[in-house]
Amino acid sequence: MMTPILAAAAPAGLGAYIPLIFVFILATFIGLDVIRNVSRLLHTPLMSLTNAISAIVIVGAILVAGPQIGDEHPLWISILGLIAIAAASVNIVSGFLITNRMLKMFKSRKPEDKA
Amino acid sequence: MSPEWRDTVVQLAYLAASVLFIFSLKWMNSPASARRGVWAGVWAMVLGVGGTLLNPAVAVSSLPWIALAVMVGGLIGVPLSKVPLTAVPQRTALSHAFGGLAAGLVGTAKYYLWTHEGGENLTTFRMFAIAAEVILGFLTFTGSLMAAGKLQEILPGRPITYRGQLIVNFLTLGGAIACGVGLLINPQWTFLFPILIILALAFGVMLIIPIGGADMPTVIALLNSYAGLSAVAMGFVLDNTLLIIAGALDGSSGLILSIVMCKAMNRSFSNVLFGAFGSVQADTGAAAGATVKSATPEEAAEIMEQADTVVIVPGYGMAVAQAQHRVRELYDQLIKRGINVKFAIHPVAGRMPGHMNVLLAEADIPYEDLVEMDEINPEMPQVDVVLVLGANDVVNPAAKNNPKSPIHGMPIIEADRAKTVLAVKRSMKPGFAGIDNELYTMDKTLMVFGDAKAVVGDMAKTLAGDSGMH
Repeated sequence: MMTPILAAAAPAGLGAYIPLIFVFILATFIGLDVIRNVSRLLHTPLMSLTNAISAIVIVGAILVAGPQIGDEHPLWISILGLIAIAAASVNIVSGFLITNRMLKMFKSRKPEDKA
Repeated sequence: MSPEWRDTVVQLAYLAASVLFIFSLKWMNSPASARRGVWAGVWAMVLGVGGTLLNPAVAVSSLPWIALAVMVGGLIGVPLSKVPLTAVPQRTALSHAFGGLAAGLVGTAKYYLWTHEGGENLTTFRMFAIAAEVILGFLTFTGSLMAAGKLQEILPGRPITYRGQLIVNFLTLGGAIACGVGLLINPQWTFLFPILIILALAFGVMLIIPIGGADMPTVIALLNSYAGLSAVAMGFVLDNTLLIIAGALDGSSGLILSIVMCKAMNRSFSNVLFGAFGSVQADTGAAAGATVKSATPEEAAEIMEQADTVVIVPGYGMAVAQAQHRVRELYDQLIKRGINVKFAIHPVAGRMPGHMNVLLAEADIPYEDLVEMDEINPEMPQVDVVLVLGANDVVNPAAKNNPKSPIHGMPIIEADRAKTVLAVKRSMKPGFAGIDNELYTMDKTLMVFGDAKAVVGDMAKTLAGDSGMH
């Protein structure tokens, strides 16, 4: 994270962001590989789980809503951030809850049923 | 804590959260470990949010407001997690809308914050990331709302098309991108920013209106991908690796699911997005006036009773009729007789990826008996009875036999190769794509007309009554 912080001081070019682009590309490869192995049975819970995970945008929303309100940080900016926090929270709460609810339903055949 | 230490702790929390998110998805590879995956995701979220609250930029005076916003979101989120499973596609679309909205609002806030400060922090790269975040975020917002509206049937499910639609759509998106380019040239041209937002919002609506119900699985998966990419863009705006990693995971998930859906329909992305499938007036390959044989649910039950293997092919019709619990009763009755029962699941059956599996799991059908299309097709000639339950296009032999059919080339569940076919349907009306299904007029096919729930209930009742007499 050092490099981007330096970039803020010297708003130069793309170079400073290359480490972040590395992270993006590598994470995408991991993502493609991991998701390819997800059971097809679970594609619906997978979508609700990724809904919840993408609600990590709450981090950005907190950083926008968080700073002390004043001349440098107008109130309405914080309000946008708070709305974004609420929207992301909807997804965190409903995403994890419904994923768990659906996964509870997937049951294996009990041995006695086979008889 | 000194600021340096604080920053290190925040970064370590983000690192742990990133690893947990990866494990969360990894554990979804089997139903046995999947619930562990949910917990990994929850802890990752706690670490991510907790770490962010430690950031020195977050003022203590803001914390009550942040807590309030989280509570408001939670109060909406809890009922949204309790919807019936048939409504899960709508819920998913709706939550993509919330995700898109959050991303769009954060991008908007950052833009105005940085221009307000004078613009020295608004580098060209950041401006690019903000434009991408805001366009993706807001088009996902309105697009997903439209998709949810269509799935909930508040809006007409049929594709809405008009002349020159493609040109208008491209001009709208092009306009939004042009505004973005303008802002790259000079970020202080603030008048361009609201235009960019409006065009992105409009494009989301226009992208979805020509798309019909049967294409929704692909579209929902694609919107999932956009929501993830907007989180990635936000990560670039805020120099935040956690956002980039989580967004990339989400984006690749949506991408893979859309590829799976497209392959299962033998269509390309552009064909789904711009093809307006449902508006195609199909060339009806089947001969007019072909005779249809029908049977009562009782007769159908007796046929199944004689079988060694029964394969049930569920489709959207089963979901609409909420028939899954009756299906379970039928399944129990057949299993009791030692009949081998399997469910053949087509990847695009239903309105979202994996929809049928969740509904059948809700009815307590063991997941070992839910079989994928590629696994069941080679066994079809040995299957005594196929019960088609609210599925239509996914069992239409025209996909193999009729090169003129709009669904030609789409992989299907080869019900036509089984010894006997029982098809439960409300009427002889063609399915979504408006294509006649020659499966229904085959010699070995018996139609059972009626509501799926009632018909399957009657079948189960017949079998239950029977077993009492023996």
